[in-house]
Amino acid sequence: MKVPPGVSASDFAEAIKQFEEAVGKEWVFTSDEDVAMYRDAYSPFMGEPEERVASAAVAPDGMEQVQKVVRIANRYKIPIYPVSTGKNLGYGGSAPVLSGSVVLDLKRMNRILEVNEANAYALVEPGVSYFDLYRYIQEKGLKLWVDVPDPGWGSPIGNALDRGGGYLMPQYRNHFDSHCGMEVVLANGEVLRTGMGALPGAQTWQQYKSGFGPWIDGMFSQSNFGVVTKMGFWLMPEPDAYLSGTVVVPRHDDLIPLVRILTYLEDTRVTNGMPDLGSPLLGIPMLSDFATRFESGGTPFERPLDPELSDLIAKGGGLATSALDGYAQRKGLGYWSCKLSFYGASKANAANWEFAREKFSEIPGVRFEEGENYKLPLTPEQREKVHKPQFGIPSLAMFSIGARSAMNPEPASGHMWFSPIIPRTGEAIFEANRVFAQAAKEFGLPFLSFNLPSTYWERAFIFIFAFPVTRDVEFNKRNRAAFNKLIQVAAEHGWGEYRTAPAFQDAIMNTYSYNNHALLHFHETVKDAIDPNGILSAGRYGIWPKHVREAKS
Amino acid sequence: MRHLAKAHEKGDGMKNATVGLLAALSLMLASTAFAAPDQEQIERGHKVYDKWCFPCHGTGVGKPGTDSLVARGQKPAVLEERTDLTVPAIKTFVRHGVLFMPMFRKTEVSDADLDAIAAYLTRNNKP
Repeated sequence: MKVPPGVSASDFAEAIKQFEEAVGKEWVFTSDEDVAMYRDAYSPFMGEPEERVASAAVAPDGMEQVQKVVRIANRYKIPIYPVSTGKNLGYGGSAPVLSGSVVLDLKRMNRILEVNEANAYALVEPGVSYFDLYRYIQEKGLKLWVDVPDPGWGSPIGNALDRGGGYLMPQYRNHFDSHCGMEVVLANGEVLRTGMGALPGAQTWQQYKSGFGPWIDGMFSQSNFGVVTKMGFWLMPEPDAYLSGTVVVPRHDDLIPLVRILTYLEDTRVTNGMPDLGSPLLGIPMLSDFATRFESGGTPFERPLDPELSDLIAKGGGLATSALDGYAQRKGLGYWSCKLSFYGASKANAANWEFAREKFSEIPGVRFEEGENYKLPLTPEQREKVHKPQFGIPSLAMFSIGARSAMNPEPASGHMWFSPIIPRTGEAIFEANRVFAQAAKEFGLPFLSFNLPSTYWERAFIFIFAFPVTRDVEFNKRNRAAFNKLIQVAAEHGWGEYRTAPAFQDAIMNTYSYNNHALLHFHETVKDAIDPNGILSAGRYGIWPKHVREAKS
Repeated sequence: MRHLAKAHEKGDGMKNATVGLLAALSLMLASTAFAAPDQEQIERGHKVYDKWCFPCHGTGVGKPGTDSLVARGQKPAVLEERTDLTVPAIKTFVRHGVLFMPMFRKTEVSDADLDAIAAYLTRNNKP
């Protein structure tokens, strides 16, 4: 049995014994076989000594048991690493940042404590998955939608704390922003509730977010300051109808007004679903194309370019040329497209789409394509055609991107995401492509010819690049090195990542260095004050406890 | 088990060892008579399968596990329709994962639930 760093074998044995008394012997895992199931299945260190692995796992079944485990861990200075469902694959998984930590597996805490239809909220424990919550709502016949990320097997709490996103209206799409109230066990075993939950007998814990005084909820996301044991979420009442329409513009430079007008329409809530960018010319599909691509057995990635087009790009020195614009016009292809989604009253959706068309009409040559128009709820046939998360339906379909297919006969065994936030302008999209294409060439990365950003957040774009993870150690080493270089390249241009896997958390936290790392120093001050033994998730998001910092220096 | 071995030809030593283990277990099982699981166990397995396996391995659009097996030429690709799966192979895949399928822990699928899944997926096997 592996022993946590800095802990004697006898102390660890005693702690394990006490964990068993706290949660029951069958819920403490110490055998190699059981502990191996807590490895990060997508670890970029798989098979290398640097792989971060657990020493044991403890699975409590309730907040009181979490308190007991935390107190025992404090007594013996055992590092523990809470995970909810452990499905943060590509950004971490279930393995600790500090090798040898004991994973605090919260999966057994899977109670849906309340779903309120009239006020559209839920209160859940960390082991509840999106599938669980969706099924519960369906079984009860409630007219509520859950904003789900692409993989539906994750935990609403875990995903929100890692600051994940989804696809519905903007106020739900940012999962941390859509939470309302937390219950947190601190490192000393004390439990607190945030927001209105601090008021005994509060009747509005899930209805008013900030309560009274400093609003500290953000401190428990992407951090290691407490173990969140309950969390409320605002759900989306099922709308009357869904409408989509696609805007197609003919020239390269039209991306700039396309984004500008889109941003205005989104910020004024004329369009309220996640916008979906694509390029008919370059074969870059929109997200909503994926479902139909999968159905037809095609690749979700960009299509191979017509040789004539490849030639034009190569000879003309890039994508912003009149020759390319001419080619697009000749072939009847738009250069860029953007699908708009509207959730709401059927007549209002039609009026909003009409207004959007008016606004986009300032772009010469723009054309519009009518899309889906569904009265909700969807029929079973309609459900099979759509990108399910855009209708609050959890799915695992997005894993088809990396799965074996005719176009991908030798799939990778995982992936890691490089996800910098860039400004929400067309100019920034061009600039980021220029910078990352140059970096990709330099570092030998097979990026697409052009990348369009994801539009989860209202006020910024995210570029999301997938790095494959394989069982080839040398390949993974090269990709880790390239990933680290991209972090630096992005930071030099004022772009920072929104989330990352443990392998890169220190490197990225180091780029958020304004005023000599003042923000990190604040995190460390808080960490030392509320977790003096440094037992909780040491190293998570670059925040290390004092004893580790001192040992490193 | 040949197709399994083939799928991992490019894997590393550890994976080849897993395949070897699987093959050995499979051969062992094939030569051993086993009692048919009872109906209650199969029904329990069906429920657990629907919760944990169907979203990836079921029928319909957007089931990456099924799509992946189709791409490998597996017929049938839907696990519920197979008659050649073995209990040790099912347990190994669930507990160890394969390619982009991660391992499933005992707090997700208990040993008893895994026994039930195995009973369900082998219900149509010829003894």
